[in-house]
Amino acid sequence: MIIVTCPNCGARNVSEFRFGGELTQRPAPDQLTRAAWVDTLYMRTNVLGVQREWWYHDACGSWFIAERHTKTHKVLKTYFWEAEA
Amino acid sequence: MTQLIRQGMNGRHSLKRMWRDHDLKDSYDVVIVGGGVHGLSTAYYLAKNHGITNVAVLEKRYIGGGNSGRNTTIIRSNYLTPEGVAFYDESVKLYENLSLDLDYNVLFSQRGHLTLAHTDSALRTMRWRAEVNQLQGVDSRVVYPDELAKLCPQLNLRDDVRYPILGALYHAPGGIVRHNPVVWGYARGADQRGAHIHQNTEVTGIETENGKVTAVQTTRGRIKTGMVVNQTAGFCTLISDMVGVRLPITSHQLQACVTEALKPFLDVVVVSGSLHSYISQADRGELVMGAEIDPYTSYSYDSTLSFLESLCQNILELFPFLARVKILRQWAGVCDMTPDFSPIMGFTPVEGFLVDVGWGTYGFKAGPVSGKRMAELIATQKTPDLIAPFRLSRFEEGKLVGEKGAASVGH
Repeated sequence: MIIVTCPNCGARNVSEFRFGGELTQRPAPDQLTRAAWVDTLYMRTNVLGVQREWWYHDACGSWFIAERHTKTHKVLKTYFWEAEA
Repeated sequence: MTQLIRQGMNGRHSLKRMWRDHDLKDSYDVVIVGGGVHGLSTAYYLAKNHGITNVAVLEKRYIGGGNSGRNTTIIRSNYLTPEGVAFYDESVKLYENLSLDLDYNVLFSQRGHLTLAHTDSALRTMRWRAEVNQLQGVDSRVVYPDELAKLCPQLNLRDDVRYPILGALYHAPGGIVRHNPVVWGYARGADQRGAHIHQNTEVTGIETENGKVTAVQTTRGRIKTGMVVNQTAGFCTLISDMVGVRLPITSHQLQACVTEALKPFLDVVVVSGSLHSYISQADRGELVMGAEIDPYTSYSYDSTLSFLESLCQNILELFPFLARVKILRQWAGVCDMTPDFSPIMGFTPVEGFLVDVGWGTYGFKAGPVSGKRMAELIATQKTPDLIAPFRLSRFEEGKLVGEKGAASVGH
């Protein structure tokens, strides 16, 4: 069983959560090119190892980031998103 | 018979090895990464149709041990997009003649394929699919419970269940095949014609010079080549990363299981998109069952109890009398999902690096046609019309092929 720790509610079974895909970077508004948008919309790194990804907790309605290993399924760290400096 | 008994007693059987082991050569014209049905059929058709035999198939473990050995072997062509229907239909036709072509019995059983509809919207999709299929000459039509009761009398057609069955898409040429003979047959055919199959040979790097492929590094040495074809499943983004080609692909687990062997009672393939499950009875009597992909990305081959619970719950709604049947084994494969549920085939920005990836939950049924058309592409260096819609550049062009007839899409 995979245990995901919601930063709001604590450790719960994965069945309470929804997976939101890997963390992607939006192109900066002044660097908008077609290629950059295609990359953001479609292309994925698909990490084998620890991946930063979005999760959503159905119970409390929060979106948060999890660092999860894509082979062992161990969730190492979860936290709310903060704009990166 | 006496020969068989004698050979059984003295342990010296007359069966020859189906393909040979070779030393790794310094260079090959074409290097295929991935020894599954796609890679082996490509090697086979390269030799048979185009006379290209200086070909190596590199497999990191044993051939057919990846998704070619982990799927539920359903063959069908009743997809939703015209591009998809034309493509998969050629595959069904190749499968129909495959035993003869390979001189090896792949036990293709065209027993009929039912895709159940439990809601009005699902039924509407089935009608849509039937129309698209019929326009392309594929035998496919919508059937209602009165006919369903004759096609599959075992099915629970009562209306006091969670999702009563309102109808189904019936695809008579659909069926199942045995996966090992398909892989072995292609391997033998490719080997006989001169291709080298290298098992236990993992690709560790791909060298490029001025945007062109020049060599492949493996755990058994370096190979000079101008042409590398990525035909891996589950790990295709890792191979593409070696040349810096980004793919719109995420890897997800798809799990399946078989029950203990039962007397033959189910002679059609039954699929339910709404219940995320499919079931067929293999020749050995085992019920082969599968579900949709797990929602989160994964590279793991481990299976889960929660999958088994939800699958059995859904299968029991269709066939309640199976409640006391035991599960024999359970496994997982890693599927490469694309945003539009269609594969990615053809050229990439790196010259000499071709892809035949993103096969999601529909790779095995496409094995023969992918091999044939990828071989044509390699030999002619032109993309055949049939696979042109699946080019990598479609994402940049905004021309996605939304295949809602894929097994992993609920209706």
